[in-house]
Amino acid sequence: MTSDDPRPPPRRSFFGALGPNELKGLFWQVLVVGIAVAVIVFLWSNTVTNLSARRITTGFAFLGREAGMPIADSLLAYSPRDSYLWAFVVGIANTLRVAVIGIVLATILGTLIGISRLSANWLLSRLAAVYVEVLRDIPLLLQLLFWYVLMQALPAARAAWRPVDGIFLSNRGLILPAIPVGSPQLWVLGTAALGLAAFLLIRRWLIAQQMRDGKPRPAWPFAVGLILALPTAVSVALRVSWTIEWPQLRGFNFVGGLTLAPEYFALLIALVTYTSAFIAEIVRSGIQSVPRGQWDAASALGLRRSFMLRQIILPQALRVIVPPMTSQYLNLTKNSSLAVAIGYQDVVSIANTTLNQTGQAIEAISLIMAVFLTISLGISFFMNWYNARIALAER
Amino acid sequence: MTAITDMPDLPRAARRPQIGNPVLRWLRTNLFSSIPNGILTVVLLAVLAKGVISFVQWGIANAVWFAPANDSSACKAVRGLGACWAIIPEKYRFILFGTYPFDEQWRPALSVVLFIALFFLSTRRALWRRELAYLWIGALALISVLMWGGVFGLSFVSQDRWGGLPVTLILATFGLAFGFPLGILVALGRRSKLPAIRSLSVLYVELIRGVPLVSLLFMASVMFPLFMPSGFNIDKLLRAQIAIILFAGAYLAEVIRGGLQAVPRGQYEAADALGLSYWRKHRLVVLPQAIRHVIPPLVNTFIAFFKDTSLVLIIGIFDLLTTAKTAIIDPAWQQFSVEVYIFVAAIYFVFCFAMSRYSRGLEAQSASR
Repeated sequence: MTSDDPRPPPRRSFFGALGPNELKGLFWQVLVVGIAVAVIVFLWSNTVTNLSARRITTGFAFLGREAGMPIADSLLAYSPRDSYLWAFVVGIANTLRVAVIGIVLATILGTLIGISRLSANWLLSRLAAVYVEVLRDIPLLLQLLFWYVLMQALPAARAAWRPVDGIFLSNRGLILPAIPVGSPQLWVLGTAALGLAAFLLIRRWLIAQQMRDGKPRPAWPFAVGLILALPTAVSVALRVSWTIEWPQLRGFNFVGGLTLAPEYFALLIALVTYTSAFIAEIVRSGIQSVPRGQWDAASALGLRRSFMLRQIILPQALRVIVPPMTSQYLNLTKNSSLAVAIGYQDVVSIANTTLNQTGQAIEAISLIMAVFLTISLGISFFMNWYNARIALAER
Repeated sequence: MTAITDMPDLPRAARRPQIGNPVLRWLRTNLFSSIPNGILTVVLLAVLAKGVISFVQWGIANAVWFAPANDSSACKAVRGLGACWAIIPEKYRFILFGTYPFDEQWRPALSVVLFIALFFLSTRRALWRRELAYLWIGALALISVLMWGGVFGLSFVSQDRWGGLPVTLILATFGLAFGFPLGILVALGRRSKLPAIRSLSVLYVELIRGVPLVSLLFMASVMFPLFMPSGFNIDKLLRAQIAIILFAGAYLAEVIRGGLQAVPRGQYEAADALGLSYWRKHRLVVLPQAIRHVIPPLVNTFIAFFKDTSLVLIIGIFDLLTTAKTAIIDPAWQQFSVEVYIFVAAIYFVFCFAMSRYSRGLEAQSASR
């Protein structure tokens, strides 16, 4: 309201300027908030009474105590003598290891299946449709148990399957050849990452230049120089070795190489195949959402197929694909919590063990929730940023 | 990327005249339209044939179908070569009904039949009337009587002896029956003009959707007893059911919110112009349209939710998946878990596939209108 409003100021009554609608609104809000507060106070006071009756002290002090639980498979160095806090960190790292690799693999597999469903090859599109139907209609936990049972039914280490030389599949899990990465190798990889960042900046600048005068400026020489040549030069200069370590069977177990434990491998397979079925449907609907006229127009211009796909079809399809894809990434991350059913020690499984050892139920479960809320918010923040970047710029 | 470059709905460079044998023509357009496509077809056929042959060998030719009770020696003889389907006739009563008293198992069986009949009737559009709600209430009451007993000469069976398929159906059905109205309230709250109600709804939805169902179930099984006054103890199954209702409410709220957003402003304004109150406006004008908009995504949420009830395995409730997992603890039959999992997967598949077909049909119907 501006000061030169010709109307007389409203009469000030007990409720000020509130009309009947505002009063009603206020009533409902007070009622709902009142109920919510009452419920919380009720639960809280019960909890405090129950905890003191059971002589459980609240608080996160237990995190400093020695955990004493074994963690079989972890990225970070861990021993049972470490604290509960460190056990949680190890669990979070394990959750992230499944989630990040799972998201990458599920995206690749799902995209391939989604494209296959649109193939002109009848057999391929039918097979892709059956894959999607079957995997989507069976509970993930059942699929996870199924894969885990299959992993355990694999032959012992001595009779391991060797589909390709250097790769072993046995009840010890999947063993792959690996390149040991120490600090010299990390230097080279770091240089490559810096080179990539520099290249992206340069490319951006080149595109801005092209926008100004219309002259195309090739970016690939910078790519070759910064991402390939520079790290190679560093590698040669520092004499970094890139020898592949081949796993070998010694006695009853394997030595060397990279081991994916059966629990991890089963969880990864289940999450990737299950999520890929959903991603396939998203990719399919995204590509189908691009109007046929776009294909027609592009081929009328005589564009190459790859150029057409990259520059015309995919950017439009991505607008439809990205938002539902975000929910799938979140689902995969949350579903990794099923690890607890087969004994892969992710953050949920470690929190559960902690809960059983210490009785600190509230703290353990709030830690699980805090971890997943943080991851969820992180993923949706990134995907929303990406979505805003690729969204249709309308006038 | 050959697959994408010859998508079926793309313009073909030249259409061949429609001559020749129709079978050959079909083969040419669908399987051998180009040389890479032909190679792909042959490779796929080879892989498919190998898969089918080894499955037939394992699942049918070398399989053991029946064995004397408690005797798995015939199965052990073909282990690795053939399936042991004999475990299904041996264990199906336990897998389907858990530890429910053996002689009384016709009661859970009848409950399952009632549930399926209810679902089936609810899919008929012609029956979407008020009477359907009464039918639901009546049938659910009948199911409770059948499961619990204690009246009409039926012996009482306590909840901790329930198990298997009826438990899965109960968790899913009651989860939806209570989660749905909760979801409607939260969706309305999220679109309300009142800031306190709106923020509470947003907080609820985001908190529940941001954490895995497993953590909610842990909360129900471990923390719920702490929340309640001492001496007040509710059953584990009911606690899990509450967690599932809260979970379903948050997810359904988001779907319904999408429907509410799709109702044109004019409809709200027209209802206001008629002088309808908030609740009458939503009940008579807005919600029927909103829900009709989102029936296919609602059915998809139902499917996701039906599958997710299997997570109660983690807190030790005897649903269908838990009974299956328990059935194969028996040392004699321990090695034949794959067969049991396939059997249970088939049950889940039938329910979910029926629902997804139905949602597909609804989508086609609404597209053609």
